[in-house]
Amino acid sequence: MITGKILYKRPKTLKDVNMSYCPGCSHSLMNKILCEIIDEFDIQKKTVVIAPVGCAVLLYDYIDCDSVEAAHGRAPAIATGIKRVNPDNIVISYQGDGDLLSIGMAETIHTANRGENITVVFMNNAVYGMTGGQMAPTTLVGQITKTTPSGRNPENEGYPIRACELINTLEAPYFIARCKVTNSKSIMQTKKILKKAIGYQINKKGYSFIEILSNCPTNWGMKPKDSNKWIQEVMSKYYPVKIFRDKGEA
Amino acid sequence: MTNKIILAGFGGQGIILSGLLLAQAALLEGNEVTHYPAYGAEMRGGTCNCSVVISDKEISSPIVNKPDILLLFNQPSKNKFEAKCIPGAKVLINNSLINEQALRNDISSFYIDATNTANKLGNIKIANMIMLGALSKITGIVKLDSLINAMPEILSARNKKLIDLNVQALKEGYGLF
Amino acid sequence: MNKKILMKGNEALAEAAIRAGCRYYFGYPITPQNEVPAYMSKRLPEVNGVFVQAESELASINMIFGAGACGARCMTSSSSPGISLMQEGISYISGAETPAVIVNMMRGGPGLGNIAPSQGDYFQAVKGGGHGDYKIIVFAPASAQEIVNFTVLAFDLTIKYRIPVMILGDGLLGQMTEPVVLPEMKEIQDDINWSICRGQDQVIIRSLYLVPENQLELHNLHLQKKYRSIEKDLNKYYEQYNANDCDYLIFAYGTTARVCKAAIDRLQKENIKIGLFRPISLWPFPKEEIISISSKIKKAFVFEMAQAQFEEDIRLSFEGKKEIKGFYKLGGAIFNDDEIYELIKKNI
Repeated sequence: MITGKILYKRPKTLKDVNMSYCPGCSHSLMNKILCEIIDEFDIQKKTVVIAPVGCAVLLYDYIDCDSVEAAHGRAPAIATGIKRVNPDNIVISYQGDGDLLSIGMAETIHTANRGENITVVFMNNAVYGMTGGQMAPTTLVGQITKTTPSGRNPENEGYPIRACELINTLEAPYFIARCKVTNSKSIMQTKKILKKAIGYQINKKGYSFIEILSNCPTNWGMKPKDSNKWIQEVMSKYYPVKIFRDKGEA
Repeated sequence: MTNKIILAGFGGQGIILSGLLLAQAALLEGNEVTHYPAYGAEMRGGTCNCSVVISDKEISSPIVNKPDILLLFNQPSKNKFEAKCIPGAKVLINNSLINEQALRNDISSFYIDATNTANKLGNIKIANMIMLGALSKITGIVKLDSLINAMPEILSARNKKLIDLNVQALKEGYGLF
Repeated sequence: MNKKILMKGNEALAEAAIRAGCRYYFGYPITPQNEVPAYMSKRLPEVNGVFVQAESELASINMIFGAGACGARCMTSSSSPGISLMQEGISYISGAETPAVIVNMMRGGPGLGNIAPSQGDYFQAVKGGGHGDYKIIVFAPASAQEIVNFTVLAFDLTIKYRIPVMILGDGLLGQMTEPVVLPEMKEIQDDINWSICRGQDQVIIRSLYLVPENQLELHNLHLQKKYRSIEKDLNKYYEQYNANDCDYLIFAYGTTARVCKAAIDRLQKENIKIGLFRPISLWPFPKEEIISISSKIKKAFVFEMAQAQFEEDIRLSFEGKKEIKGFYKLGGAIFNDDEIYELIKKNI
């Protein structure tokens, strides 16, 4: 009989199923981190995750919490409705770049501006993943996508939008941070930041916006390892990883 | 018995409010009533009007196409509505602001120096109450007391001073005929 | 009984919603329904409710979706262009089966149109303005009192059937002031054991079913079964005015129907046997009652403030068996009783 201390196991809130995310994708990692935090706060039964249109649409198949599936871009509005009815529940709006910054820009900004006491997890991988690799609002200048075959040209497509910087112009948000999950150290750091954000929500401090620089090996046409290197060397130059605002530390 | 009334003037003359007071007074007397204002963009600049229907039975149409009672507060309203009323209609004309006489001879017209009288009482805004007081005396469709009793339902009861002034204006208008 | 008080249609609707247990309102300003959010913003905090002015109608309908997912009695209101924006959300709410009361005080269209009363959104309301196979319950009141009564009923039905219920009024009904008797404040105990945030096993509110045959098709069959049972269970609401023993029958709803009554009163004095059939529930549509009454008349007239939208449902009920003559007002124009009187006189 083997005895000893359990060092690592699947979080209780993470369902024991195969995920449909591509191998090496940041989504699966962030789903797990979210579940670990939910377990650590023991809030599984009072957490609601909003599943967005995009690669994370089946979020509720992996995370064992109450869930509402949103129309494209509308996750923060649904989160608002839920939170206003049940202020003691923990509401997490989990969204990609097209959802959050393109079709849902109005909902994103106004939910932040109202300071809704929710946590927004923003998965920025600079591309539309589920529809097959079209340009996102965060696609970098020169980046080749299905709809920018010669690379994003600012004269035609404008410049990539920096979400944290935009939200940081508003008065109400409580906590704004950009993270990455490219190596063990940054993963640990990201978990710490996201846990802090959800802790703020539990303590009714207000709105948190946590952006994760994510990879999309499939649509970027890279091996996962190379995609993480690209985040380090290219993406994080345009999107600096840092804490933009933390009213809890002020 | 059904009366179809149009009150018309320009924005700021308290047209909508006096229509509501008339409707509330008629309701207090046990009548069916409807009040339908011209709303939105039309309330700015040009004419402002509302239709009030008072009846002893259920009111089918709240839309007044051919009024039998007309309260005209300014010249543009007269231009617009005088031609529309039925023969025999009672038309109350605020001749402080309307210099022109009635153009039709098949209607009963009444001239009320409403705006000037309101000014003499110290507030130009109560010209509408002078007109309503006169309406009560001329047509009898609502009693003066009903208009007075309806006042707290329409004007904020907090503003006692304003109510007193409006009641004074109603009585003044009533006394003109 | 509460006493008769004068209230504007929009405000009567808002107070009725509160008395029916609505504690969550999300909406965006648009004429001619602005009195609804204004009233709610003042009144809801007094009853520990929540008012949020949303950033758009897209946001308001989705806030309603979130609140409804919690099993809450919730409402949004708008007018035609805003309701167009909500169609996506109404489709999602229908697919996900959450409660929602939606008010449309119709105005002239298409496009920005104008702010005058109209009935141009009939198809959008009763045929499903969004994507996919779905139905919503639609009530078309014709007075402030009916606005009150059917708003109260709308909340009970949306909770019972988990289907959007629409109050379909128009600018006139919203802006007109009439006497109403308000109901008492309702004590709410809804059975919402399907909703989120109850601390039980996972509840998923969704409309995505990726596999056609054994998922989305089954879900659709379930929805259709529900719609059939609503058609069967729910009283079809309608009014008949002098409709017995008629040669001619007018079909109209809402504001237009009221004006028709005034013309009918005049025509009857001339011994013309004419009455009115006024559907109040536009879906479910009182089709059987219309079929039955259609056999007894010579000719039907339809009046509506739209181009033969409502008339189409009358024609479907008549199945070509009797002559139908339709009259329409477009772009925010309203019928008056003199016109209706003349039109009938010319066409009988």
